[in-house]
Amino acid sequence: MKKIRIGGGAGYSGDRVEPSIELLEKGQLDYIAYECLAERTIAIAQQIKMSDPSKGYDGLLEYRMERALPVAYKNKVKIITNMGAANPIGALEVVKRIAEEKNLKGLKIAAVIGDDVMDHLDRYQEAVVWETGKPLKELDGTVISANAYLGIAGILKALEQGADVVITGRVSDPALYLAPLVHEFGWNLEDFEKMGKGTLVGHLLECGAQVTGGYYADPGKKDVFEPWNIGFPIAEVDELGDVTISKLEGTGGMVTVDTCKEQMIYEIHDPENYFTPDCVADFSQVSIQEIAPDLVAVKGGKGKAKTDTYKVSLGYKDCFIGEGEMSYGGPNCVARAELALEIVKKRLEMTAVQYDEIRFDIIGINALFAGPVSNAPSSPNEVRLRVAARTKTKGEAERVANEVETLYTNGPAGGGGATKKVSEVVSVASILVPKKDIAVEIVLKEVMS
Amino acid sequence: MKLWEIAHSRTGDKGNISNISLIAYDEKDYALIKEKVTAEVVKAHFKHVVKGKVVRYELPNIGALNFVMYEALGGGVTRSLAIDKHGKCLSSSILEIEI
Repeated sequence: MKKIRIGGGAGYSGDRVEPSIELLEKGQLDYIAYECLAERTIAIAQQIKMSDPSKGYDGLLEYRMERALPVAYKNKVKIITNMGAANPIGALEVVKRIAEEKNLKGLKIAAVIGDDVMDHLDRYQEAVVWETGKPLKELDGTVISANAYLGIAGILKALEQGADVVITGRVSDPALYLAPLVHEFGWNLEDFEKMGKGTLVGHLLECGAQVTGGYYADPGKKDVFEPWNIGFPIAEVDELGDVTISKLEGTGGMVTVDTCKEQMIYEIHDPENYFTPDCVADFSQVSIQEIAPDLVAVKGGKGKAKTDTYKVSLGYKDCFIGEGEMSYGGPNCVARAELALEIVKKRLEMTAVQYDEIRFDIIGINALFAGPVSNAPSSPNEVRLRVAARTKTKGEAERVANEVETLYTNGPAGGGGATKKVSEVVSVASILVPKKDIAVEIVLKEVMS
Repeated sequence: MKLWEIAHSRTGDKGNISNISLIAYDEKDYALIKEKVTAEVVKAHFKHVVKGKVVRYELPNIGALNFVMYEALGGGVTRSLAIDKHGKCLSSSILEIEI
């Protein structure tokens, strides 16, 4: 039976690079996918593109490709990635330049476009925004990006035309992995059971080391071998859609039934209805079995018909956040941090700082789970106070941050290590748009000399 | 005992929704966690964090539960004022529950 080996090259945009190069060298891969585009990243990339139209692709694109391309070329591994972000064509040009410099003759590079629907937003002003429950026209803030989560169609077209590197903007994460399976095995796009199985493969790999022992260790309870050297995952998939997950021998980390379970459930909400552009996947019948050390078989993925809409993610300029922090240590440190918070509260009131929401944390006590300070289990030797507020203007955000810093000379005894930060918040809103509205196209270029 | 003795967990997020898995190390303990760790128990445990409902999904096929918690991330990952905007640390907190 024909089998395809796909590597998981990145679980997020800033992920480690060396493990993916090792995979390209020794993994006997047919494909590698780099998932590098978080929900909000594309909005920020869109802003970069506005100030420089040749930019707006992933910031690590060049760094990754300079290292990955020559090895992938030598070992005939095809690369699929969403590192195009807001500018897949710009990314194509960068990759082509790198390929030319390295003399990778005949390499075919494709960009998938069509996800950017910013120019057509006037059509969707009545669409209901998931986050607010109100029509898009009532969204409070300037929209700076609008991208549909495309499915496999564009990647598939690129692969059919012989692309060795496929660069997309926004596509669903599993699509990066499902597309090569459909291409290689000739699966029917209406065979939703197969689409579900391929989506499961993608879901297991899309977060990189999260299936091979990353984000897993709990010393003494869940020990992970050499976590500084975790091998990235390899999926070996047969034409029926059954998959084994493994990693390179000699790398750290581990592939066990439990690491696969954690990743399978990760972020899926309803296991019977995991919505993607290519199917509604169903993981409720999946079975996971270890067949050898670091080799786990995953079977039983299913799927149902896809919907006729794409999810569109909108980035919009929402607000500012001002935050300040200060540490206290030694005897009575919690009481001094509480007094410091009281002082900041009073100061913000006295100086009439305007904010929409504010939060007071004592890190070490209640910053993560937001309970009352009285619930603290024991007296810590050091704590850090943190004040964060959401404001409409940058100026107000700065005033909040400053009121923490002024605790240096005005606050309780022994405060140290003050930091302050003001950031503009680009938020994300989601709507659904009809699939028929969106034309997915590709641009393909070949390295000649 | 704490859930930590018999189960492990990972948190994911989408907008203002947190998704926490609870996986029995030994599938024989699935029945126990299914009986003890109801949506109500989880909602009460996270009363300072979760403003909306908690929905529990069962995965007997792998001996796990999946809790989807609404209005759980301070307005959503992008605009939350929390230090852990994604609520990633909530997976460690659920394992504190005594059963």
